[in-house]
Amino acid sequence: MEFLFYMGDVFTPINFGLLLLGTIGGLILGATPGLSPTMAVALLIPFTFQLDAAQGLILLGAAYTSTVAGGAVSAILLKIPGAPANIATTLDGHTMARKGEGAKALQISFLASAVGGVFGVLLLIFLTPVLAQWALAFGPSHLFWLAILGVTVIGSLDSKSVVKGLLSGCIGLWLATIGFDDIMGAQRFIFHPALGGGINIIAALIGLFAIPQVITMFAKGRHNDGAEVIKVQKHPIGGAIRELLRNKRAMGIGTASGSIIGLIPGVGGQIAGLVAYDQAKKFSPERDKFGTGHSEGVIAAESANNAMVGPSLVPLLTLSIPGSPTAAVLLGGLLIHGIFPGTDLFDNHPDVAWTFINSMLIGQVLMCLFGLYVAGLAAKVAQVPQSVMAAVVLGLAVFGSYSVQSSMGDVYVMATLGVMMYFLERFGFSAAPLVLGLILGPIAEANFIQGSMIANATDGMSAYFLGGGLNLFLIAVVIASIFYSAYMELRSRRYTSKEEIMA
Amino acid sequence: MKKLITGAAIALASITTGALADGHANYPERPIMMMVSYGAGGATDFQARIVTMTAGNEDALGMPIAIINKPGAGGRVGWNWLAGQAEADGYTLGAYNIPHFIAQSIKGGVEYSRDSFEPIANWGADPAVLVVGAESEFNTLQDVVEFAKANPGKLTTSGAGLFVGHHIAALQMEKAGEMKMAYIPTKGGGAAAMKAVIAGDVMAGINNLSDAFRAREAGNVKILAVADLERNDFLPDVPTMREAGLDVDNSSVNFRGIMVPKGTPQGVIDKLAATVPAMFENKRVAGKMQAGGSPMHIMTRDEVLDMWAAREETLKELLAGL
Repeated sequence: MEFLFYMGDVFTPINFGLLLLGTIGGLILGATPGLSPTMAVALLIPFTFQLDAAQGLILLGAAYTSTVAGGAVSAILLKIPGAPANIATTLDGHTMARKGEGAKALQISFLASAVGGVFGVLLLIFLTPVLAQWALAFGPSHLFWLAILGVTVIGSLDSKSVVKGLLSGCIGLWLATIGFDDIMGAQRFIFHPALGGGINIIAALIGLFAIPQVITMFAKGRHNDGAEVIKVQKHPIGGAIRELLRNKRAMGIGTASGSIIGLIPGVGGQIAGLVAYDQAKKFSPERDKFGTGHSEGVIAAESANNAMVGPSLVPLLTLSIPGSPTAAVLLGGLLIHGIFPGTDLFDNHPDVAWTFINSMLIGQVLMCLFGLYVAGLAAKVAQVPQSVMAAVVLGLAVFGSYSVQSSMGDVYVMATLGVMMYFLERFGFSAAPLVLGLILGPIAEANFIQGSMIANATDGMSAYFLGGGLNLFLIAVVIASIFYSAYMELRSRRYTSKEEIMA
Repeated sequence: MKKLITGAAIALASITTGALADGHANYPERPIMMMVSYGAGGATDFQARIVTMTAGNEDALGMPIAIINKPGAGGRVGWNWLAGQAEADGYTLGAYNIPHFIAQSIKGGVEYSRDSFEPIANWGADPAVLVVGAESEFNTLQDVVEFAKANPGKLTTSGAGLFVGHHIAALQMEKAGEMKMAYIPTKGGGAAAMKAVIAGDVMAGINNLSDAFRAREAGNVKILAVADLERNDFLPDVPTMREAGLDVDNSSVNFRGIMVPKGTPQGVIDKLAATVPAMFENKRVAGKMQAGGSPMHIMTRDEVLDMWAAREETLKELLAGL
């Protein structure tokens, strides 16, 4: 209950002012395409040089929580996921916005974010020692099986046909091999200097999701833009809360998968949203509605990506290992004040540690309030004529992919992948499985090679990859997931005509 | 119209020659950009931001230095950019990591070599250290060497990647001890390599002194030896590899400093070489570096030129057999 003792520190005028600044600024930065949470926090670090340690961390903590939620704004309204965490949000969120339900989608996304986020921070407060052990339990072999579990999801994610889903997953897996391989020291498929560092995931996200719709908008031409304007429905906040309460299952699945997966160093943040979305879909009786603007999809994805925020800091705060790029940036924010995360932090600077954690808790609530306030206004974006919208989204896409690492190369990558995706979508392939392949490829590959190096030096491959409780458990889940997908595919075949599959 | 253009051209030419003639006495006239070839939040980025934070002071450059990150492929993306695409006008600096970029240029596949860059000054030296988990049965470097000799290729040892300081240190240890280790490079840098040690995925690890020091403070690892010529102020109780019986020198020490692309005007290089070491010595900079557990080691341009040349020689010899 130590955190309650330091709760008052959050509400001193300066600290609370910084919290507000971090939250509002974070929402804006998060909503800007290309500015991932990591970038946003890194941009704020220089400002903390002048502040106290606790004050600096309040600013950073608030910005971290609200940029993750802010990413949903561009994902829903513009179909540009700000970070890998928001990919799953686009699947149903953007479809809702296109139907004029943008306000509703934003409201439930902020509410779900707040619920997930508060739960995640509470886990951080009460279960840190237990969670730290769990974070360490995942060695290379376990991470490999986890990535394979993700691969089994590819087929069923946002695609009418499992075969097409798997094919786009394979394209993603291939794209992931481009670049310089850190482990074997090999250069693969680097036919242009822009690809030396591999395909940047943010640039790829922007291209794959935003560019096909821009091309579609331009292709329609200007002559009928009057007919395109969507009437944006007003949506009462009370209605959004009731909607959330009706979908407790999606909420629970999202929060649980976000908290558990978010803990795993190096993997969690990127796939938490997609895994939660897929699980929610499998457990839902209305699974056919997913992808057509179904609120369960938004709820699962957004509760998962904010539930991840708290647990993702556990390895950093207890073991001094930054488990995610954002945690690495926060580590810099601590070190600059001479504070070492780990026992030093909680024993010698409890005021800093707990004020930081408390600020994330309060930040979640403030983020939700501001988010709900702007949701109605922001949803009006859908009324912008498509010809104008296409230009705006294209501009943001170029700006966003350039700003990731100040490199024109990323803009070329974004444009190329975007044009490719436009034609792939014509043939019924979708972007989400492709992106999942792109994310999972390096995780599966690096951990397999590392694992095999360790295995060859120790007990041999089969003992290393197939032995131990956690390995066996993950393998069992992988097999179950494959069988489930196969069963669903066979069952739906009976009711689907050939034309529907080809569509 | 023609006259006007000619006039403008002459005026422009005279301005440029004017700038050349005064030997860049007014440099810098606008903010300077410094490229860091690792991501925001990494050790190099973190230290680069600290050592350049006083650049805007009147006694330093009088203009701020902005950090720009170009991460990817273990630094190759950023250094390729600096060597090939960056403008050599004195307003584009870069951070270097030794032995990384020299080792990479020896192994090939990159567009730079030692001659592509001109050093300005060195700010830090982060030696590689040998770490084992807090519960490990190894207590001295000798224990580790004995195990490795008795079990060739069985000692799993994590490090941040290939041809970085950690890898060099592992190669030197193998050579000095006439033994074979299993070096496991990780994706995700030093943090991932340290996690592998703490979690017990590997038996030992080679990591940065600054990160290992923090992990030891948190009670997670034991530090058995430092791959440097002298003991480090942060770890006075930890012996050097030589003291502990392995003839490993300081070739793997991660030197960090500022350089510019070749072709930068000599006047600008001289100006920077004269002012930058003093900027690093600033009390605020030293205080922040000390607080963050980042060892400082300030060297002037001439010292760095010698150090680069010496490193290239040792690395060529060491990497020849790979």
